[in-house]
Amino acid sequence: MRRLFGLLGVLLAAHLVLSFVRPEGAATPPVGEGLDIGIVFDLGGRGDKSFNDGAYLGAERAMRELGARVRFVEPGEGSDREAGLRLLAAEGMDLVIGVGFIFTDDLTELANEYPNVAFAGVDYAVTVDRAGNPVAPPANLAALKFREEQGSFLVGALAALVGNSKKLGFIGGMDSPLIHKFEVGYAAGVKAVCPDCQVISQYAGVTPEAFRNPGRGKELALSAYQQGVNVIYHASGSTGLGVFEAARTMQKFGIGVDADQFNEAPGFVLSSMIKRVDNAVFDMIARVKDERFEGGVYQYGLEQDGVGYVYDDNNRALIPDSVRARLEQLKADIIAGKIIVPSSR
Amino acid sequence: MTLLLFLAQTIRIAVPYLFAAAGGALAERAGIVSLSLEGYMLGGAFGAAIGAYYGESAWIGVMAGVAVGFVLAGMHAVGTIRFKADQIVTGIAINLFAVGITRFLLQLAFDSSSNSPRVVGFGADNVGGALALASNPLVWVGVVVMPALAFVVYRTTFGLRVRAVGEHPDAAASVGVPVNRVRYAAVLGSGMLAALGGAYLALDQHQFTDSMTAGRGFIALAAVIFGRWDPARAGLACLLFAGAETLQIRLQAAQLVPSQFVAMIPYVLTIVAVAGVVGRSVPPSALGRTSE
Repeated sequence: MRRLFGLLGVLLAAHLVLSFVRPEGAATPPVGEGLDIGIVFDLGGRGDKSFNDGAYLGAERAMRELGARVRFVEPGEGSDREAGLRLLAAEGMDLVIGVGFIFTDDLTELANEYPNVAFAGVDYAVTVDRAGNPVAPPANLAALKFREEQGSFLVGALAALVGNSKKLGFIGGMDSPLIHKFEVGYAAGVKAVCPDCQVISQYAGVTPEAFRNPGRGKELALSAYQQGVNVIYHASGSTGLGVFEAARTMQKFGIGVDADQFNEAPGFVLSSMIKRVDNAVFDMIARVKDERFEGGVYQYGLEQDGVGYVYDDNNRALIPDSVRARLEQLKADIIAGKIIVPSSR
Repeated sequence: MTLLLFLAQTIRIAVPYLFAAAGGALAERAGIVSLSLEGYMLGGAFGAAIGAYYGESAWIGVMAGVAVGFVLAGMHAVGTIRFKADQIVTGIAINLFAVGITRFLLQLAFDSSSNSPRVVGFGADNVGGALALASNPLVWVGVVVMPALAFVVYRTTFGLRVRAVGEHPDAAASVGVPVNRVRYAAVLGSGMLAALGGAYLALDQHQFTDSMTAGRGFIALAAVIFGRWDPARAGLACLLFAGAETLQIRLQAAQLVPSQFVAMIPYVLTIVAVAGVVGRSVPPSALGRTSE
């Protein structure tokens, strides 16, 4: 038995150590005069090619343009998250940011505990009380929400306009309200430009593992492509990498999510629905600097350049000017409130 | 054509299960609990991507993946056989270790916590549908792995010894069977087999992504139990689970069956099997017990 514990101890120690080791750069020294920002990343940390990298970009810009000093914490699994936030809050940072909806409860708790520190949560999930009314976050906590349905609407219209098929595909990760938002926005975009088009929606699973299952993503995508779909939009984390692999195999298109995913399958990524986490993070840091920070729910939609779709040198050849003009018109209509994009089923 | 596509998809999905379940059946028949299949698969997938990336060959990837499976299984074997650690706990530790170490090395090698760069795989790149199957040699190996294992377990001296040490290690030892050596061989073999399943996944995706096995090792273990620790039956269970998954994928578009329902099929069947509804499901009697 002693040996068992010895072995386990070694394994667990190795596991713990490895999850804390960071390949480059030690944390910058904390606190003093000036603008001190702390950011706790979600699982995956920097290099996730998604939220965390977006938050990092925004922080980097703030370092450059606002002279902020930013300290990053990359937690391992589970409980390290709260510890990371607490560490930064206790050190007296001016603003502590948690990246990912998973921080919701920890942020709420710490915001109450440290009323003099400003907190912000990317994708913070606003809770609902028994009567169904949203519960406002604490006064020193900013909930950074994105209007994913608006960005999804535009890529849906794009898919329908260039897809050359009455069938459009959608692949979600975990079957949950968060992802339904992408699906309904996308479907609304499809219907807006092609009322008799049909969206084939599939989900990779019902657990968080569904966001990390590229094998399943590839099979889902292959079956959709075989049914006559030419474009698939995914909102499924790294499961979507399997979707791109299927697109490559079948010589069809995928649409990326969260960040510009062109490089995952050059030539087979029609566009990407991007969430500008960088803009939101930069905006928060700028607010703290100018002493304009207030708690509450911040919605970053098309109007605030919080979401959008990729149109650049990589995919310009795939998107005709007429389609581009149509999309810009739709975007203007959404911003003007002429089109209301649904966000739930 | 639809039927052909359905079968092709079922086989593609079944291949990783078949490899991992073969590994599970081998180790469990020798009396060592195989909760660590998931870890072997993940290690195998990572090794395959690294090997294929640096070796620029899918075969080098396969060999590297198998090597990683060998090392992880070696840890499990030393822990459970040499140090007589609790087999379930060691298995879970191996799984956690595999997740952590692959994530760490991924970041170290490619500065990404999400995925590796694209690597070479088997066969032509731009063949869709049913044809893509035939060009992947791992599919062929996967299809014959269970019959081959059945032959080894039931028709060879080694197989007899594996069954003996799994059922009654003391009796086996009394007639001169080197119990621990047989168990080492079985566990190392199981690690290499399961790693092949992971290698198939990574090479099929042309990359490694963080935690990409997504619970397949546990489904394979469920197949072993559902198949009553018999290679042939476990193989059929893998095909059944893969068929259910394919059905779910195909039905989802029509939204006839809630995806939650089909997702639970493997586990429900396993509970049914363990509860003894379809025949008696009797594990090797020395499963999980250490031998002196």
